[in-house]
Amino acid sequence: MPTIAEKILARAAKRDQVKTNEIVMAKVDVAMSHENADVVIRAFKEIGLKKVWDPERIVIIFDHRIPAESEKSAATHKRIREFVKTQNIKYFYDMREGICHQVLAEFGHCRPGEILVGTDSHTTTHGAFGTFAAGIGGTEMAGVWSTGEIWFKVPESMKITVHGKFKEFISAKDLILFIIGQLGSDGADYMAVEFHGSTISEMTIASRMVLSNLSMEMGAKVAFILPDEKTISFVRERTKKEFTAVLPDRDAQYARSLDVDAASLRSQIACPHAVDNVKKVREVSGLKINQALIGSCTNGRLEDLKVAASIIEGKNVHPDVRLLIIPASRRIYLDATKAGYIETLVKAGGLVLNPGCGPCLGAHQGLLAAGERCIATTNRNFQGRMGSSDAEVYLASPATVAFSAIKGEITEPC
Amino acid sequence: MKEMFYNRPKPLHIKGRVYKFGDNINTDIIYPGKYLSITTEREEMARHCFETVYPEFLKIAEPGDIIVAGRNFGCGSSREQAATCLKYFGISAVVAESFARIFYRNAINLGLTVVIAPGISKKLEHNDIIEVDLKMGIIISKKNREELKTIRLPSSVLEILSAGGLVPYLRKKLGVEQ
Ligand code: SF4
Repeated sequence: MPTIAEKILARAAKRDQVKTNEIVMAKVDVAMSHENADVVIRAFKEIGLKKVWDPERIVIIFDHRIPAESEKSAATHKRIREFVKTQNIKYFYDMREGICHQVLAEFGHCRPGEILVGTDSHTTTHGAFGTFAAGIGGTEMAGVWSTGEIWFKVPESMKITVHGKFKEFISAKDLILFIIGQLGSDGADYMAVEFHGSTISEMTIASRMVLSNLSMEMGAKVAFILPDEKTISFVRERTKKEFTAVLPDRDAQYARSLDVDAASLRSQIACPHAVDNVKKVREVSGLKINQALIGSCTNGRLEDLKVAASIIEGKNVHPDVRLLIIPASRRIYLDATKAGYIETLVKAGGLVLNPGCGPCLGAHQGLLAAGERCIATTNRNFQGRMGSSDAEVYLASPATVAFSAIKGEITEPC
Repeated sequence: MKEMFYNRPKPLHIKGRVYKFGDNINTDIIYPGKYLSITTEREEMARHCFETVYPEFLKIAEPGDIIVAGRNFGCGSSREQAATCLKYFGISAVVAESFARIFYRNAINLGLTVVIAPGISKKLEHNDIIEVDLKMGIIISKKNREELKTIRLPSSVLEILSAGGLVPYLRKKLGVEQ
């Protein structure tokens, strides 16, 4: 009996059912790119069609290098803006809105049951809405812009079931880091992951997005949270488009299953230079840090800033630490300002950067020197990703990062 | 098309020298993030392959070499530059125990030959000479004439690769070829 992935692919391929490992051609509902639209445009021009297949299904969002850090990036932005105009691309979010994955969600582009492809590996994030959302490369996107279709191999599915209530200061980030530590960075390669269980259904939409976002780091092709009333009302508030939520059959077949007890979970941290090099925070506590970063498409949402502000309120960031705050979107920035979180964080010594990717991918803003150490709420700690290849990046939850920023060293919350 | 980037049909038989890597070589390692602002100049991309973490690659590797790697080659970011820089450097194929899915697709779409060969990384060393036969699905090591089996691409996907990538494939399919 079919899983969510199989049901959505069957629908998108206009078939009654599909079989694991077969190759199907699927119709794409949403095609997202950021600044790498430049790569897509070049390949699209090489394919040679005059017009894109559907200017209402293409979404372009600037977030990776904003404001432009170099003349080259400024020229890239300019080329893309011109293309957007000539092709009448309907959904174009210039640099003021925020990180692509957050913006897609906020503007109602991720809808249950649909196929969404993005030229960004963390496109898995949108599985949090029950969307079949997968990352692809630029040339492949040019194919989608030309034909509206893409081939997929029907993936095997993995069922991860989580029950129990988190202890104080434990969050979705600790849970997914723990799972990645268990499964390894290729533990879900090519697979569709489904998250089940009471812990997940009680989670906020923002926390669910953390799970789907980071599932990419264990190789997942797509990572679903089963759409429920919370999902439907979140999406309905943001779009008028019709959609049909898809759930797996009760007796769906899974290639692999994993059960996790959320109640016994302690704070987790991914150590250099791999996301699956996961330890308990207390195993590495005491390591001095030079930079702390709260933000990104993983943990730059309102609840993350709230938790950080509540921990930092009335205290000062350690004098040897640069605390960078990057709200994931303009909306979140405004809401966090209204709620007073931004004021609290700035008073304590935090530096607020504009909503965007910032130093997450090492492009600009807040890079690390050789020998420096950073603790971040982002999703990748690869060698050399955030500046020098002799720097270290540790990945943890907003609570762990906030406590560490005050103390100047890696610190376990509570 | 001005350049010969895509429209060279892929040979189904490749011979070359092995350049070896370990497991989990991510795309930040293959193509550093600081060069992501290079989006269209492919020759320039090729000058930065592995630059930050394995700078010796640029000195030792030569066009025609075959990269042999362990598990999960190309994991991480979806940046297509990681496949483009290798192709433009002149790497003739990447053979690995397994690939991360986006890199794998990017390579095929760009016409860079990728081959999955379980067990390969233990059998081959730097500088070994190998032959990759895509049609037969085998790799022959010149050292001891050993034959290794590869996992064959589904025929629909092999069609894209052998056309030289998605661009020439679609040009033909959509009838935009002059
Ligand atoms: S915040 Fe980081 S992980 Fe997220 S889209 Fe930007 S660069 Fe990628």
